[in-house]
Amino acid sequence: MQKNVQPILDIKDLTISFMQYEKAFQRSELEVIHNLNVRIDPGEVVAVVGSSGSGKSLLAHAVLGLLPSNCNAFGFIYFKGELMDGKRLEEVRGKDIVLVPQSVTYLDPLEKVGRQVRREREEKSVFSRQKELFKYYGLEEKTEQLYPFELSGGMARRVLLAASLIDSPTLIIADEPTPGLHLDAAKKAMQHFRNFANEGHGVLLITHDIELSLEVADRIAVFYAGTTLEEALVSDFTSMEKLRHPYTQALWRALPQNGFKPSPGTQPYAKERIKGCPYSPRCGEFSKECDSDMPMKMVRNGRVRCIKAT
Amino acid sequence: MDNPIMVKPVLSSAKKSRINQRQKTIILLVLSIGIFVAILVAGYLCTDKAVNGSFMESNITPCIEHPFGTDWLGRDMLARTLKGLSISIIIGLVASTLSAIIALMLGFMTATFGKRMDSLINFLVNTSMGLPHILLLILICVAVGKGAAGVMFAVIVTHWPSLTRVIRGEVMQLKEENYIKISEKLGHSKVKVAVKEMLPHILPQVLVGLVLLFPHAILHEASVTFLGFGLTPEQPGIGVILSESMKYVTMGMWWLAVFPGIALLFTVILFDLMGDCVKKMIDPHSAQE
Amino acid sequence: MSGTLGNPIVRSLNTLWKLVLVLLAVSFISFALIDASPIDPVAAYVGHQGKDNLDLVELQRLQDYFGMNEPFFPRYLNWVGGLLHGDLGVSLIYHQPVEQVIGAKIASSLMLMLTAWALSGVLGFFLGVLAGVFRDRVLDKLIKGYSLLLASAPTFWLAMLMLIIFSVWLKIFPIGLSVPIGVLAENVTFADSIRHLILPAVTLSVIGIANITLHTREKMIEIMGQDYILYARSRGENLPAIVKNHGLRNVLLPAITLQFASFSEIIGGSVLVEQVFSYPGLGQSAVSAGLRGDAPLLLGIVMVTAIMVFAGNMTANVLYGIVDPRIRRGVHG
Repeated sequence: MQKNVQPILDIKDLTISFMQYEKAFQRSELEVIHNLNVRIDPGEVVAVVGSSGSGKSLLAHAVLGLLPSNCNAFGFIYFKGELMDGKRLEEVRGKDIVLVPQSVTYLDPLEKVGRQVRREREEKSVFSRQKELFKYYGLEEKTEQLYPFELSGGMARRVLLAASLIDSPTLIIADEPTPGLHLDAAKKAMQHFRNFANEGHGVLLITHDIELSLEVADRIAVFYAGTTLEEALVSDFTSMEKLRHPYTQALWRALPQNGFKPSPGTQPYAKERIKGCPYSPRCGEFSKECDSDMPMKMVRNGRVRCIKAT
Repeated sequence: MDNPIMVKPVLSSAKKSRINQRQKTIILLVLSIGIFVAILVAGYLCTDKAVNGSFMESNITPCIEHPFGTDWLGRDMLARTLKGLSISIIIGLVASTLSAIIALMLGFMTATFGKRMDSLINFLVNTSMGLPHILLLILICVAVGKGAAGVMFAVIVTHWPSLTRVIRGEVMQLKEENYIKISEKLGHSKVKVAVKEMLPHILPQVLVGLVLLFPHAILHEASVTFLGFGLTPEQPGIGVILSESMKYVTMGMWWLAVFPGIALLFTVILFDLMGDCVKKMIDPHSAQE
Repeated sequence: MSGTLGNPIVRSLNTLWKLVLVLLAVSFISFALIDASPIDPVAAYVGHQGKDNLDLVELQRLQDYFGMNEPFFPRYLNWVGGLLHGDLGVSLIYHQPVEQVIGAKIASSLMLMLTAWALSGVLGFFLGVLAGVFRDRVLDKLIKGYSLLLASAPTFWLAMLMLIIFSVWLKIFPIGLSVPIGVLAENVTFADSIRHLILPAVTLSVIGIANITLHTREKMIEIMGQDYILYARSRGENLPAIVKNHGLRNVLLPAITLQFASFSEIIGGSVLVEQVFSYPGLGQSAVSAGLRGDAPLLLGIVMVTAIMVFAGNMTANVLYGIVDPRIRRGVHG
């Protein structure tokens, strides 16, 4: 990681809240993500790892500028060094920043996949790029003429990849790209993302699968209760001492190869947000200072949101 | 880059327009029910004016004394309209309620009594859609004869299918829920499970369906009566009023048709609004739309 | 590998069979209803006065002729048998074979219904798509409000309103009937027929439009909330492109269903509209038949209507099979 090369993506203090209606006459504001930080340098695959349903997909939507209309969002999103706003994000969407979604349900069921990959364009250049991509991923030419329901799971994943690469983007956001696959198959599928990153681009992997992330990513951002608690190198996960945040260490202990030891307690819901560190109720090192606001700080080669980290 | 004074760019901002939508819904609901009760009461109080007219006052165009004008017999049209509305409303109410009860029973039966019952009831539902409603109504009214009872019966028979389908769908979904399965495994009889566990969940939907049925029931009753089947002039619902006015409309007495029609339209919209309010209160998600 | 839903021909036959069963059930129920009614075919045939003037022998003969003393099932089967041959009995009002009466009236009814059906389908689809795409914006609120208003209004009252405004006040269109009064049949021009058709057709369309608009809008809203629309947005497609490339195609299928389902509503509406405009079609005849106890004619019209609804459903099924590639190519695995 050279310090003078600018990151492809640098997100600081991203905060997203929703307007919610409840059964009484209440209307409340639910903060789902607060002060989220994540950085992707060229050539990196960065995994944002958090449990399912914790709001990680919102991050993807935010970077794409696709947040729903009942959202309030603030934050700094730098893309290739440029500070982005809603309008700029919209302009690069689909061309420079692309989404690789989970499954075939994200394809129009009534349109042939070839045409969808080309985004309905018929120019020769687009056609040849599409055919080249299909060939690269080992898809037969006749796959172009198929409808999404006729694709197998693996074919669908490759079609979605081809669709994302059609305009040669710089950043791929992969939202749970291998749902339900076991580790080996998922590793093979993720190899394409690895290759893409190796060409100098960036991949933001959003997943709950920490083992997969350890195999494929360069760095891991640990997502908990709406914020990132730690950004660590994958190599830090070889031993518990190299990790910085108590929660990350708990995750480490829970890995199969380290004894599968779960930690008591559960992640708080967005409604139960408390002041200070969200992990405090479950933290063995909790003390009074943990109740105040906590910015991220550099510790060794990574960043962490904990006053006690070393 | 981490300058704390820098204003954070806004990436997306929510519309602030939905203030107090819940309160609006409640107010609307109470208002609608109030108007509806007022119509019924007014209709009852107007009986005399609606029935007795004086020839000297016939065929008057709308004015301050007679806001809706008078008809060829000198009867005040406002009174006639109010009375007619309340009659039609009552008939519609009774018909819809009975329809809903039948739909509830059938909906449950079809989902809990096995495939054959299900196929049978499905078949009946499909059959009722094999003919346009009006024709079916006419057939039934011809079979049963004129009068309020006949119309009510006809409306009930034609309106249970749609609600039954909805209930069936709900029950089928509920059957897959764990707590229902547990209840059954515990040995409770199907009827007991149905009443104790499923009913509370379905009742709100039934209520909404019921309120939304009223307008259809009222419209169909009016249509069938207008054609000549259904209510007789002794029970002057809106259909009768409009049917009688047909003769005079071509002669230019437009107020005989326009005002009663508007009143009917208003009533239908009122019920639709009530149904919408109830739906929003029961299912907050639809309020987010 | 074809799934169990496989063979489209088998499934079409299955649907066909189900629809035939429904048709049979309709015939049975209609016949039973008429049979249970207080209709007296003798009175309908000769009139109530006439019936009083009959002596017992003649009365008996007429009753036998109308099969009034025979049990239900043989009469029903007899009638169904006749149905299959196109013999629907004799109309008690018109004293002609029912098929002839229907044949004479069906043309004008069809003109009215098909015009309204086509108009309401096209306009309703267009407005519904617009409203669904621009949900909650001004355009949607206008379209939704207007459609709700129309859908809540009684059909026959709207017809009366049109009559009042356009025929009585503005005197643009004739007051009723399908041809000018007092003009010989051969002198009635096509233009005349059209002039008499316009008001009833427009009235009928207006109601149809409202319903189709509201339902299409709902489907469109559902579609715009789907994953693939989100994905298209994530690929940088703008709204017009999304609607054109993904929205329209996916809403077309439900739109077909809606369109053919509206067929039944249009037929029902035509009964009311014909009555208001004294437009001599099947609807008006059905009403007369019902009011005057002409059982054969009423039953005949009911069955013809049921067959029309049936035909509509069948067509919708066939079209679906052609348009939806998932059915066309068979569902795999």
